[in-house]
Amino acid sequence: MLTMIGKRLMFAVPSLIGVVIVTFLLTRALPGDPAAYFAGPAATKEAVEQIRKKLGFDKPLIEQFFRYTNDLAHGDFGNSLTTGQPVATEIRNRLPASAELTLLGLIVSVVIAIPLGVLAATRPGSWIDHLCRVTTTAGVSLPVFFTGLVLVYVFYFRLGWSPAPLGRLDVFYSAPPTVTGFYLIDTLIARDVEAFRSALSQLILPATTLAVFSLAPIARMTRASMLAVLASDFVRTARASGLSPSTVIVTYAFRNAMLPVITTLSMVFSFLLGANVLVEKVFAWPGIGSYAVEALISSDFAPVQGFVLTMAVMYVLLNLVIDILYGVIDPRVRLEG
Amino acid sequence: MKRRDFLKSVSGLAAGAALPAMPSVLSSAKADARSETLLIVSEGGPNNLDIHGVGTNVPGYEVSWNCYDRLISHEMKSGPGGVPYYDRDKFKGELAEDMKIDDMSVTFKLKKNAKFHDGTPVTAKDVKWSLDRAVTVGGFPTFQMSAGSLTKAEQFVVVDDATVRVDFAKKDRLTIPDLAVIVPCIVNSELVKKNASEKDPWGLEFTKQQTAGSGAYKVVKWTAGTEVVMERNEDWVGGPLPKIKRVIWRMVPQAGNRRALLERGDADISYELPFKDFQEMKANGKLNVVSLPFSNGIQYIGMNVTKPPFDNPKVRQAMAYAMPYQKIMDAVLFGLGNPMFGAAADKATEVAWPQPHKYNTDMEKAKALLAEAGYANGFETTISFDLNFAGVNEPLCVLVQESLAQLGIKTTINKVPGANWRTELNKKEMPLFTNVFSGWLDYPEYFFYWCYHGNNSVFNTMSYKSAEMDRLIDGARTAAATGDMAAYDKDVKGFVDLAYADVPRIPLYQPFVNVAMQKNISGYQYWFHRRLDYRAMAKG
Repeated sequence: MLTMIGKRLMFAVPSLIGVVIVTFLLTRALPGDPAAYFAGPAATKEAVEQIRKKLGFDKPLIEQFFRYTNDLAHGDFGNSLTTGQPVATEIRNRLPASAELTLLGLIVSVVIAIPLGVLAATRPGSWIDHLCRVTTTAGVSLPVFFTGLVLVYVFYFRLGWSPAPLGRLDVFYSAPPTVTGFYLIDTLIARDVEAFRSALSQLILPATTLAVFSLAPIARMTRASMLAVLASDFVRTARASGLSPSTVIVTYAFRNAMLPVITTLSMVFSFLLGANVLVEKVFAWPGIGSYAVEALISSDFAPVQGFVLTMAVMYVLLNLVIDILYGVIDPRVRLEG
Repeated sequence: MKRRDFLKSVSGLAAGAALPAMPSVLSSAKADARSETLLIVSEGGPNNLDIHGVGTNVPGYEVSWNCYDRLISHEMKSGPGGVPYYDRDKFKGELAEDMKIDDMSVTFKLKKNAKFHDGTPVTAKDVKWSLDRAVTVGGFPTFQMSAGSLTKAEQFVVVDDATVRVDFAKKDRLTIPDLAVIVPCIVNSELVKKNASEKDPWGLEFTKQQTAGSGAYKVVKWTAGTEVVMERNEDWVGGPLPKIKRVIWRMVPQAGNRRALLERGDADISYELPFKDFQEMKANGKLNVVSLPFSNGIQYIGMNVTKPPFDNPKVRQAMAYAMPYQKIMDAVLFGLGNPMFGAAADKATEVAWPQPHKYNTDMEKAKALLAEAGYANGFETTISFDLNFAGVNEPLCVLVQESLAQLGIKTTINKVPGANWRTELNKKEMPLFTNVFSGWLDYPEYFFYWCYHGNNSVFNTMSYKSAEMDRLIDGARTAAATGDMAAYDKDVKGFVDLAYADVPRIPLYQPFVNVAMQKNISGYQYWFHRRLDYRAMAKG
């Protein structure tokens, strides 16, 4: 097991180096001059040059790159110009916000999508199969920002059931002391039930938005893979042996159908984490996606590089976890690993 | 928990029985805190709490304005629609209790009991250090100081502990007003020096993260890109103690949500909404919407006069006749702007800026002028705009494109990302573009000096050069400094007339700053910087 993990991590090193080089070059190739941007509305040419010098952009590219990698090696991601903060701190503060939202969205999605997919597979052509098809098609074809805006409009603006879409907590609550960065957990550790309720109610709409969007791949994949497994020989044997339908489906078929679903889950998770920018924008969520996009718009190199690097590391770790999970679910994978 | 209890007790004391009974289902602590807290929502937040910092953005100016004091500030007068509007010509002391203007210097006496947030008294030393800092750090603050001929540290002299003298480099009408803008703010020099380093002698890294001033508010919490929380400075001497105890400023990127927050009554005040929203909110009357013209600001169409076809004044005049002015006012601005076109033919030029020109949409005249210039069949060109303000710029450029097509001019629209816009302007290669310029100092010669003078500053985006124009602008500046009002009036009228005859840029309208707030919010004031001044605001 350990050697497998070690080997996997070794394989990741070259791709991380590649990511560092490519993001560095890409951000430099972006149109736009950060020095002119940050010199402000009334800058003269000299002022722009002064700022360029201060930011180190007057140095040759190769020197900038070595300085950057050197800083990276010391754990310094540089400073964001738009927010004025060190990138490492910002990512550390913002990643939990995105992760909490994404995880909750994914859990909601899984809780709905997997039973839906299984039911649809066991009764193909029935009303539940059609329901599965309609919900997933609708979910995937509605852009997330649209779903988010509609939810805000209905549940906040019209009905007033949901709290104001103002980020992770009501304005008049203070954030719990950071332990995990997940407010749902931190508020419980701090035994602040009111804040927990506030954090949870703030999460419901954005998490639902994400869940609606991610329903489709999970439900469809569950259905397809269940159908394939249910048609296979060992299920027929199990049925012929007179096992109860629930045993056949849950114990035999479902476990075997899980592998592709897990793969899809990992893909959906990493995709959501980076791509929930729009949800973050709609709900004023202080997450990592909106941070990266804002930085990109203002040619702010350091956060973009930091974001891409963080995402790359997350992908590597996530793939590792998935591989380990494979082994747990399917002993054959373990042997090959 | 503790904070809420604290807020409850404090606001309970202050408000007492005066508060109307709130529904008991609401946590009463929350309701009390709310009544003394101003909740602002806007799209962007500050990137630096110090205006002297490198690349501090406009929201950062708002923090500086409210958390730092200057020696002097402006009085208020009644502006359009009865909204308090800063009085360009009247000053009052903020940190200074007395200002004495001599021939070549001005002397300030500091208020005796003025203290910084950490309790140290404000002395003449701090004032000198802060002004030195503003003229030395480079970038925008230094540039702004130089606009008032404040360029050298030697100009700021400590007379005694409570007296500072500012020596004039030359006679300049803008020197005193320039001491009342945001930049010459007074910083706690001892505190900052303690946190400065050899690499950063002015302590910019320190003041980026926290406020070190004597202003009416201090920042107690700042999460970049998310929120800024400010609390009142109970010992403020710059003016009457503000009524708002706590300001929470949240960044809400979605304009639709900002409007929803306002209409549901959850947020108190917001700006940066689409014009259509403002216009609808104005119409339904649930909120107070204040719309005031940018002082000394104009949205215009600029033409690069160094290259054909726009090097020909006839072509430029044709363009001025071809602009769909009224359509822009109606369809882009929803009426929220002052027209800068179509003045009556016999209207005399005023000594004022901005003022409308006499062009109107007249396609026949435009065609005739184009034919005279030898472009009867039109030409091809590109119109560029800044994507940061796409809400206005994009429909505006489409309308211009449509209108020009009637003259056979084929226009391609070039959308420039915000980060790139200033670089593009600096290159001075775009043939046709739309942009806004607005000066903090509200004087015609100031605007013209930046936008039309042959020294070709960044804002002379058209690369316009005319010896006659330069003579008139320089003449007006000298006349203003020496107080020769007759010569001044003549020169101002002269350069306005010339700018409209040569039309290197076509003024379209004077933009409005729009702010929407709850009915129970009062005390909004218009300032030249167009940001909020919390100090005069009240709730309830």
